[in-house]
Amino acid sequence: MSKLMLGNQAVARGLYEAGVSVVSSYPGTPSTEITEYAAGYDRDDIYCEWAPNEKVACEVAIGASIAGARSFCAMKHVGLNVAADPLYTASYTGVNGGLVIAVADDPGMHSSQNEQDSRNHAIGAKLPMLEPSDSGECKEYTKLAYEISEKYDTPVLLRLSTRVSHSQSRVEEKERENIPNRKYEKNPQKYVMMPAFAKPKHIMVEERTEKLIEYAENCPLNTVEMNGTEIGVITAGISYQYAKEALGNKASYLKLGMVNPLPEKLIKEFAKKVDKLYIIEELDPVIENHVRKLGISCSGKDQFTYVGEYSQKYIKEKISGENTQTLSFGENVPVRPPVMCAGCPHRGVFYILKKLGCLVSGDIGCYTLGAAAPLQAMDTTVCMGASISGLHGINKADPDLAGKSVAVIGDSTFIHSGITGLINTAYNRSDSTVIILDNSITGMTGHQNNPANGKNIYGDPANAVDLEALCGAVGIRRVMVVDPYDMKAIETAVKEELEAKEPSVIISRRPCALLKNVVHKPALKVNEDKCVGCKQCLKIGCPAISIKNGKSVIDHTQCVGCGICMDMCKPNAITE
Amino acid sequence: METKAIMIVGVGGQGTLLASRILGTVLVEGGYDVKVSEVHGMSQRGGSVVTYVKYGEKVYSPVIEKGEADLILSFEELEAARWLPYLKKGGRLITNTQQINPMPVITGAASYPENITEKLRAAGTDVDAVDALRLAEKAGSSKAVNVVLMGVLSRNMEFDESIWNMAIEACVPAKALEINRKAFAMGREI
Repeated sequence: MSKLMLGNQAVARGLYEAGVSVVSSYPGTPSTEITEYAAGYDRDDIYCEWAPNEKVACEVAIGASIAGARSFCAMKHVGLNVAADPLYTASYTGVNGGLVIAVADDPGMHSSQNEQDSRNHAIGAKLPMLEPSDSGECKEYTKLAYEISEKYDTPVLLRLSTRVSHSQSRVEEKERENIPNRKYEKNPQKYVMMPAFAKPKHIMVEERTEKLIEYAENCPLNTVEMNGTEIGVITAGISYQYAKEALGNKASYLKLGMVNPLPEKLIKEFAKKVDKLYIIEELDPVIENHVRKLGISCSGKDQFTYVGEYSQKYIKEKISGENTQTLSFGENVPVRPPVMCAGCPHRGVFYILKKLGCLVSGDIGCYTLGAAAPLQAMDTTVCMGASISGLHGINKADPDLAGKSVAVIGDSTFIHSGITGLINTAYNRSDSTVIILDNSITGMTGHQNNPANGKNIYGDPANAVDLEALCGAVGIRRVMVVDPYDMKAIETAVKEELEAKEPSVIISRRPCALLKNVVHKPALKVNEDKCVGCKQCLKIGCPAISIKNGKSVIDHTQCVGCGICMDMCKPNAITE
Repeated sequence: METKAIMIVGVGGQGTLLASRILGTVLVEGGYDVKVSEVHGMSQRGGSVVTYVKYGEKVYSPVIEKGEADLILSFEELEAARWLPYLKKGGRLITNTQQINPMPVITGAASYPENITEKLRAAGTDVDAVDALRLAEKAGSSKAVNVVLMGVLSRNMEFDESIWNMAIEACVPAKALEINRKAFAMGREI
């Protein structure tokens, strides 16, 4: 009997069935649930862990593969940039036990800072890459990836996208294969990538690509579906589903399940059979460039955008000019951007930073929402960890800014790649003020434990990084802890540390208000007689507070009684 | 059978994901090919969220585009207005009358439109408006709004109550089952 599964859940099922035994990942939307679901299987079958970052996760998987186990790690597209260093050389070493790395792209940037196309990494690292288009394929391709990995002695990339990772469709479950670890044998020519050994390895990588192209010509992943010959579509991944729904049997399809390396003969033969050839792929023209290099004329990015997600409607409009009329509300509908939750411990910190007029060097996490109105207390966000190193650069460029600039970074992001920036701040000495927003969880990706919160992926007690001691050990002498529900304490701490002529760290510590073990106070109330309608309480951007008939009202379904608004209310109209 | 398209829309935190799990489970039990497309990550934090549910003999694309939805189930009134262009002409709209102010309304940069349900009807839409929050609180928890609305939705679909109850049991944590059963019944019976 088939089950409805998320694409990510189906990848995890594929890992289980393929006999994978070691999984190490760092969370990142839209890849996170693969590892969460994998951790739902018996840990004697699959050992899972959250690593501090994607580079570490990838190296753990490489090590496990060398030791002979089928191993895996998952990450989002930008995570592969972090893991690119080990990945590009693992391409040279090859594998012992099969090694698969899943990378989930986010066309449309539902929850990302850029829209990069991971297929470019597959080309750069010279690695085979498979791309499923629904949950059933997620499972099957995952299993096939291990066969390819072991047969061709190569890590294999599995490319997902938001709509594949986060869509549910039917999956048939099978039994787990019992795959014992392969024996490890010392082989420095294979595993020690110093120049003398890496040079012959590069030659082998090029030969491997030739063999993989041969495989691509005939493999079960690349399928031709001949219908009408007026329109031919070469496509892959979720774009296949959009094209198929848009054009149905009017078009013929070459669906590429392996997106690197690409076949040549197969494409030439398909192109010959159709009158007009379209290449339909989201983001970069990877297939299109290949087709054009083969001297085949086609239509691709001349018609279809580089930007965002496609859909059946978009493809229909582009190819057949069809356009459907839609209903209209006839009035402006206010936007509803994401906001910090009611009771979020980050709120008070950002209010104070805004009040003090700080330049805020930001980072990646829930707290990036500090950039949104009404707080608007963030000046930069680039990538994981960039807040601390970026602030150091700001302060070196303009020492006058040091007295009014701070970095903000979450606990998980600090562990991921903030530590190295802090070491640089201490070593190359800038008077930076760093605020670690320690909410004891990896929040934005949906509550994963991390090395700083004392629990492992299974929720078992684990070593917790002592952040205060760590900051001290790298050379920060001024380290203090504040409760972010205490606005006065935050304000005093930020003012003092900005004045200090040395680097300092303020740890703002309180668990995420959405954590199940956090006990909430009852919703607060507004005393209508005392409320003067000054709207001071609205300045903190709490979604539970709004104005009705000139007075503040608190939504009892959202308020968790954090009390930040009470600090804002001069007439003391807000009470417990 | 032609593929049917249902959208579940609301505000991050209202439990639209659980609702789509329940609906997906019902549809699989009904023997259909099903695709459910969800939104995770940043937009879940109090933002406008949407889940697409499509079912039929064979479903390809998991997403629903403007003018394609047979039915929209909205957990919040303003969201019903926002997603209206996705409804097919002649499609059905079920909305919770609960209002949750978005940040631009809270800060005074925009105002919350008045009489949304009437305006939706004036736009030529078949609207079923329900105070699901009141019913959920009556059932025992304001968090059960999602399951009350599943009850309302169930009246518009072909499946037996027993299939819905089985799906609720499969998707809801055991300790919340009693309240949710009650919530579903209240939504189904109004």
